[in-house]
Amino acid sequence: MATVRLSFSPAPAHVRTARLVAVAVARRAGVPDELLEEIRLATGEACSRAVALHRSHGVSELVHVSLKDGERFTVEVVDRASNGSALVGSPEDPGMFLVEPVVPLTVTPDTLTEEDVAERMGLALLAGLVDDIAVVPVKGGGGTEVRMSWPLPKPGSRT
Amino acid sequence: MELSLSTHDFGDHTVLEVGGEVDVYTAPRLRERLIELVEAGARHVVVDLSRVEFLDSTGLGVLVGALKRLRAVNGTLKLVCAHERLLKIFRITALDRVFALYDSVDAAVAGGVATPDQTT
Repeated sequence: MATVRLSFSPAPAHVRTARLVAVAVARRAGVPDELLEEIRLATGEACSRAVALHRSHGVSELVHVSLKDGERFTVEVVDRASNGSALVGSPEDPGMFLVEPVVPLTVTPDTLTEEDVAERMGLALLAGLVDDIAVVPVKGGGGTEVRMSWPLPKPGSRT
Repeated sequence: MELSLSTHDFGDHTVLEVGGEVDVYTAPRLRERLIELVEAGARHVVVDLSRVEFLDSTGLGVLVGALKRLRAVNGTLKLVCAHERLLKIFRITALDRVFALYDSVDAAVAGGVATPDQTT
C-alpha cells in the first residue's frame, strides 16, 4: 500500500496544490479517468473546508491530507479546528453536518451570506459527489477528519 | 491555470469572461470584479464560464452574491456554462434552479433581460 502525505498551512493558495497532488496520486494508483474530476473537486472541497475552519478558529496548525491506494483509493483530510460554530451539526453526530445542509438547498439562498452559501454548497457537493464519505472527530478531540474513497480496478496495475 | 478575467459589452449586457480555476484562492478576485462592474453601472451581466477549468463552492458563493447584488438594483445575472463537468456542480447544489444558465453568450443575450426563473 503506497501512501502519500501532504501537510499545508491553512492558506487558500495551498488548496490547489492539494488538489493537484490528489489527482496525480489517484491517476498513478489506477483510478479510472472518469473519477479523477470527482476526486479533484472533492479533495478541494474538503481542504477548503479545513482551511475555513482553521481560519475561523484562528488555528495556524497544518491541515493534513493522506492519500492511500489499497483496495480503494482513499483521501483523508484532517483539520485541527476545535468543534465549534463552524460545524453545522452536533459534534456528537458529525455525519449530520454533511447531510443536514443538503435538505434546505431548495430554499432560495437570498438570505445567506456568500460564506454561508459556499459552506452549504461545499457540503452539498461533498455529499452529492462522493458515494463513500465519512466525517469523524479526530481521536482525542480538536478537529475532524473527512474520509472519502473511490473504487480501484481489481486487476490492478499498481506499482 | 490561474484565474483570468476580461470584460466586454454586448448590447445592453456586460459580458465577463472567466477562465482558469475559480476556487477558495482565486474567488475573491472574481468577487471584486463583479462588485466593480455593478458599481460602475452594469445591470445586465453575463458571466461566461466557458473557459473555466475548475469551479468550487467558493466560486458558487461568489456567483450567488453577484446575483443578489444585481437583483437589488433590478439587474440580471446570466451564466454561460456548456460543460457537463460544471453543469453537474450546479445540479448537485440545486443552483441550476437559481441561475439562468445558457450554453452560449449569444443565447444568454438573446434570452432577454429578464431572468427566466425569477419573474416574481
